Amino acid sequence: MKTMTYVEALRDGMRFEMNKDPNVYLAGEDVGIFGGCFGQTAGLYQEFGPERVIDTPITETAIIGHAVGAAASGLRPIVEIMFIDFTGVCMDEILNQATKMRYMFGGKAKVPMVIRTPCGAGVGAAAQHSQSLEAFFTHIPGIKVVMPSVAADARGLMIAAIRDDNPVMYIEHKGLLGVEGEVPEGDVVVPLGKADIKKEGSDVTIVAWSAMVGKAMNAAASLEKEGISAEVLDPRTLKPLDIDSILSSVAKTGKLVIVHEANKTGGFGGEIAALVADQGFDYLNAPIKRVTAPDSPVPFSPVLEKAYVPGEEKIIAAVKELFA
Amino acid sequence: MEVTKETLLGFYETMVTIRTFEEKAMELFAAGYIPGFVHLYIGEEAVATGVCANLTERDFITSTHRGHGHLIAKGGKIDLMMAELMGKVTGYCKGKGGSMHIADVDLGILGANGIVGAGQPIAAGAAFACKYKKQDNVCVCFFGDGASNRGTFHEALNLASIFKLPVIYVCENNLYGISNCQRDHMNVSDISDRAASYGIPGVSVDGNDVMAVYEAAAEAVKRARKGEGPSMIECKTWRHRGHFEGDPGIYKNAKEQEAWIKKDPIIKLEKKLVEYEYAAEDELNAIKDAAKERIEAAVEFAKNSPDPEPEDVLRDVYAD
Repeated sequence: MKTMTYVEALRDGMRFEMNKDPNVYLAGEDVGIFGGCFGQTAGLYQEFGPERVIDTPITETAIIGHAVGAAASGLRPIVEIMFIDFTGVCMDEILNQATKMRYMFGGKAKVPMVIRTPCGAGVGAAAQHSQSLEAFFTHIPGIKVVMPSVAADARGLMIAAIRDDNPVMYIEHKGLLGVEGEVPEGDVVVPLGKADIKKEGSDVTIVAWSAMVGKAMNAAASLEKEGISAEVLDPRTLKPLDIDSILSSVAKTGKLVIVHEANKTGGFGGEIAALVADQGFDYLNAPIKRVTAPDSPVPFSPVLEKAYVPGEEKIIAAVKELFA
Repeated sequence: MEVTKETLLGFYETMVTIRTFEEKAMELFAAGYIPGFVHLYIGEEAVATGVCANLTERDFITSTHRGHGHLIAKGGKIDLMMAELMGKVTGYCKGKGGSMHIADVDLGILGANGIVGAGQPIAAGAAFACKYKKQDNVCVCFFGDGASNRGTFHEALNLASIFKLPVIYVCENNLYGISNCQRDHMNVSDISDRAASYGIPGVSVDGNDVMAVYEAAAEAVKRARKGEGPSMIECKTWRHRGHFEGDPGIYKNAKEQEAWIKKDPIIKLEKKLVEYEYAAEDELNAIKDAAKERIEAAVEFAKNSPDPEPEDVLRDVYAD
């Protein structure tokens, strides 16, 4: 084990696979000497050289589009879209190319590529640099969606994502990049589609991912003092989703609160709620609650942004409602 | 460029195979054997034939919604193509793709594509892989006049140029983007002029003259294999049919259509073959008859093939 920040851990995951597999390369805007907008790729250019750490022009369509062609021709690209908000610019390449090729070709193509992209509010970046758009991607058959919440998962999920033979959206939260954690070294994979119970509890299940896991943990600590034992479950990958672990937890606690930073309508929380209502209705002794951002764009003013991002107090309030 | 009798007869055979395949697809579509959309390549055969004659199995192509000709010219198997058109499980894509999505990755065919212009960055990526692996194979990207207006065109050609990728952008300018004629959708007459803004060579050739296409492509492929970067070739041509089967083509001027039909690439090549005394008329007829026979066999294979099973719908979404 080694203490690393989340960003060091995800970088170490990339480095590990690049050392292992010469077909893995990294491309994107300012990923070279500049080291990535948030330092995610710092040092990799020096370590692997310009042939494997490639600065592209500002050209999201060609970044994703070229990766599709390269992946279908035998390479394993990791491509960065500087902010998840920019995926709108290259959506055809994700929606109609990367994720459709295998199926349309009758299973005769492989498109092993990782799209790394930061999400999340909290840094005063306003409506076009702060969104949580995971539900856009979970809706697309053919892609996997990964959202680590801690450094160890950031590394282990990165290794798994690169080794996967499918397109993977690896969504890293800007607010987590500097958060330290204990990270196992060496060939340690966090398998895609396996949830992790971040804190055990018996009275209520809080399902949260990405930056909301930390907030759920804090909320759970406060609730503990008031005699409510909350279990915090981090799915880690939304697609494939480890619904069995969620159902087992709800079977134990009888109550479910889902927390995500994305706004509510059409968010992935609705999907989890529907699955639990369908497959775990008998376990529930209270309504399923969702704690999410409001249905507005992400605002700029720190005051407004604070009101926008779901905080611990909202999680605590939602849990307490179930015990009222 | 010296071209042998065998080469020219090979071109003729490929072009006739494409034409015969397309005429059969037209007939089968009208008879209800082919679901969905069918975009026929009739009239444009010289482009795919002349370009792909410079490629090997190790080279890549990206194709378009009007892709049957590219696939045949790159060595695609006509029985698997025909079965795919009919949605059969024996087809290239097990019936999951249809006419617009046929691929044969083993032959370097990275797929027809239902999104206009989508092949342009994908081709850059395949060429990137060739260069990354330090091999001398190349990728050809076929696209139409309409696709040269898309953002993908700009981003892909710029990327290919700065990365010096071994890719050849072949514009099949059939003068119409669906119903919109070229003078109404761009203010240049030679699309190859656009190459200049990416600092790459661009030429325009008679796309109905298979020799002209072959020679221009030979030059561009040679350049790409030597690591000198991408090129663009505009092939001016004409689709004889509507955008898709069922489109009566009312937007086309009848005189223009008549003039272009007279410039049919297959008739043009036949004249040359006879003029050079490379083949007599009966030999050309024998090539046509042999193509018909092969296509009929492909149709029989397709018709006699089973449909997919309903449970196949969930297969092949993900690689294991």
